[in-house]
Amino acid sequence: MGKKILLEHAEVPGIQGYEVYREKGGYRSVEKALKTMSAEQVVEEVKTSGVRGRGGAGFPAGMKWSFLAKPEGVPRYLVCNADESEPGTFKDRYLMSKIPHLLIEGMITASYALGANTSYIYIRGEYYYLIGILEKAIEEAYANGWLGKNILGTDFSHDLYVHPGAGAYICGEETALLESLEGKRGNPRMKPPFPAVKGLYDCPTVVNNVETIAAVVPIINDGGEAYANIGIGRSTGTKLISASGHIKKPGVYEVEMGLPVEEFIYSDEYCGGILNDKKLKAVVAGGSSVPILPADLILTTANGEPRLMSYESLSDGGFQTGTMLGSGGFIVMDETTNIAKNLYNFTRFYHHESCGQCSPCREGTAWMEKILHKVLAGKGSMEDIDLLWDIQTKIDGNTICPLGEAASWPVASAIRHFRQDFEELVKNPAGLDETRYYYHCNNINPEVA
Amino acid sequence: MAKVIIDGIEVEVEDGTTILQAARSIGGEVTPPAMCYYTKLEGSGGYCRTCLVEVSKGSEKDPRPMPKLVPSCRTMVQDGMEVKNTTSERALEARKGVVEMLLVNHPLDCPVCDQAGECDLQDLSYDHGGYNTRSEFERRTFEKQDIGDKIQLHMTRCILCYRCVKVADQITDGRVHGVINRGDAAEISTYIKNAVDNDFSGNMIDVCPVGALTDKTFRFKSRVWFTKPMLAHRDCDKCSGKTTIWFKGDDVLRVTGRKDEWNEVEEFICNTCRFDKKKVSDWTIEGPKEVSRSSVISANKYKNLEKPKEFKLNDIKRLDS
Ligand SMILES: Cc1cc2nc3c(=O)[nH]c(=O)nc-3n(C[C@H](O)[C@H](O)[C@H](O)COP(=O)(O)O)c2cc1C
Ligand code: SF4
Ligand code: FES
Repeated sequence: MGKKILLEHAEVPGIQGYEVYREKGGYRSVEKALKTMSAEQVVEEVKTSGVRGRGGAGFPAGMKWSFLAKPEGVPRYLVCNADESEPGTFKDRYLMSKIPHLLIEGMITASYALGANTSYIYIRGEYYYLIGILEKAIEEAYANGWLGKNILGTDFSHDLYVHPGAGAYICGEETALLESLEGKRGNPRMKPPFPAVKGLYDCPTVVNNVETIAAVVPIINDGGEAYANIGIGRSTGTKLISASGHIKKPGVYEVEMGLPVEEFIYSDEYCGGILNDKKLKAVVAGGSSVPILPADLILTTANGEPRLMSYESLSDGGFQTGTMLGSGGFIVMDETTNIAKNLYNFTRFYHHESCGQCSPCREGTAWMEKILHKVLAGKGSMEDIDLLWDIQTKIDGNTICPLGEAASWPVASAIRHFRQDFEELVKNPAGLDETRYYYHCNNINPEVA
Repeated sequence: MAKVIIDGIEVEVEDGTTILQAARSIGGEVTPPAMCYYTKLEGSGGYCRTCLVEVSKGSEKDPRPMPKLVPSCRTMVQDGMEVKNTTSERALEARKGVVEMLLVNHPLDCPVCDQAGECDLQDLSYDHGGYNTRSEFERRTFEKQDIGDKIQLHMTRCILCYRCVKVADQITDGRVHGVINRGDAAEISTYIKNAVDNDFSGNMIDVCPVGALTDKTFRFKSRVWFTKPMLAHRDCDKCSGKTTIWFKGDDVLRVTGRKDEWNEVEEFICNTCRFDKKKVSDWTIEGPKEVSRSSVISANKYKNLEKPKEFKLNDIKRLDS
């Protein structure tokens, strides 16, 4: 059995409620931090743990915290990114619905470390049923003295709010999130300035993913060292993986960093092998935006080493032969999948979600979807594949926020590793069920659409 | 002060200057084109990505190159920075891509567009675009809309530079929304129409780099290259009253702000001067306005800075095949 430190008690009956959560040792990290540690010591502990951001970019959390500007007389904020909208990623939802107090506890401890007296959980609008669960947990935390004025008799006071988004993936990008939280249109901001200097309401702000903040609880309870001893190399601790696709046991798994990908896919403890015992064709390992890899490259690196569930191992080989851990959305595809058809789905998503601020992303994502739609409708040509590749290079790296890259990488990797799937659709257009694919068009003039 | 090298040319500028402004102080070819940045509008720039450049050396202190191309209009210079604009294959290739993206849905209705001849998108395509389009898909269209009785919004031509949004934001209090919808369905919001009732709203027309916002008092009256710009002024209690007035024969066809060589106005002017003062007797004429940028309006009659590059028929054929 792999080590579980976040979901250890997730299946305990009643753990959603305060009483059981507290019985199982809940809120110890708040007690320990507020009564025995200075804010700086908490930050140091998180640095020692080596925990990296679980929202996708993998930036060391302790380092991000130490960058937070601390000008006199200006409030600081902690914002939890619970906007989880990356296709294939559903781990934050699982954590918040199963064990909501873990997030609330993490928020309080982290806010103490950052000197934030107000914090927000920005939650994806479609997770409306979770808002009630979180608000109930917050209410219980207030009732038991973990939130509010002078917590545990110290001079640390803290208020925590849940704020729902309105259904835009782009509001998961941290600066678009802050705009949205301020009540504005969710357009990503240009950086610099970074949120650590000018974030929410122009004040220094830390934005962290749900899982990152939850990990603060075991880090403070057991010490940063103990956390750093779990995992492998610079990928410390455990990671929640959302497993989906052609596998026998889809679901959310907590894995220790360094678990071989092969074991994750085939062992009964995790995915349980490929559905109907078919052959593995490809895996998108970290949510829809990371490069897709064919079976051989996801199981072993180009050097023949077993591929592991860790930041370093998954990105071994760069984009030529590697991918990224991303947010841990692990999508498995069997031999019956046509990767170009699957790509269409992703591309449609990014087109739909582009905020439209910068021209390469606004126009490029739409153009790529149109081309894929044409190919899927059996009207494509070999040149279309090359054009798709070229458009992707024009977006990649040239946009304000990383959504441009998120839209480019799946296209690039699908063509790089599965060009034959595109060619097959071009050569044998017959047999395609055109009606299953529709061009996502939010166009304005219906006659032109 | 900071010393910067742009395409091999050294220039010294104040700290806090953007790469674009530093390049403009040199002028000529090394200046990246800018479609969304506008010096007078706070927070403008960063959207269109035409001004992307390569920073091959970050600064004297930290000489590492910047991994991605950066928007020169939003990136501050550092002492010792080295920038490549026309000398960077990467930047030129990216710019070509941006031009293509801006044109993918543009109607190319220049023959009936009032902006033709003084259009930044025309100039940009001419200088940095490809010869033909690679998109075969139908273009996006929108209904025309009025913003008040003097300004027309033709969203189909818009490149979403956000300049007019900034004008609206900065001349009226507490207005935030300027764009509705997302992605390629995003459009300039008609909330502007409802909310912008302001003596300076006409400046939206001047800042628009394309023909998306046009002056209804000038619509279809003349091609701009048939009109003659003169510097003029009048006593005005709302603005400086310093304008350019555009003649055809003895008639004043339109009034605009005075634009510099980067096509930005020197001062914003009020709607009274712009829309209501169309008689010669309203104005004190100072003399001809020099159009100092190389566009169609400057190509024939006025001082010609640079002869447009000519290409031969054979070139076109070769590129087409
Ligand atoms: C388009 C886009 C969508 C994103 N969506 C999310 C999201 O849903 N949840 C999340 O935690 N981070 C998301 N991110 C990453 C955030 O910008 C940010 O890096 C993250 O919240 C930082 O937290 P971490 O350091 O704990 O990972 C997204 C980024 C981009 C560019
Ligand atoms: S990359 Fe796309 S989503 Fe991000 S700011 Fe630009 S248009 Fe918006
Ligand atoms: S002018 Fe710099 S991005 Fe538009």
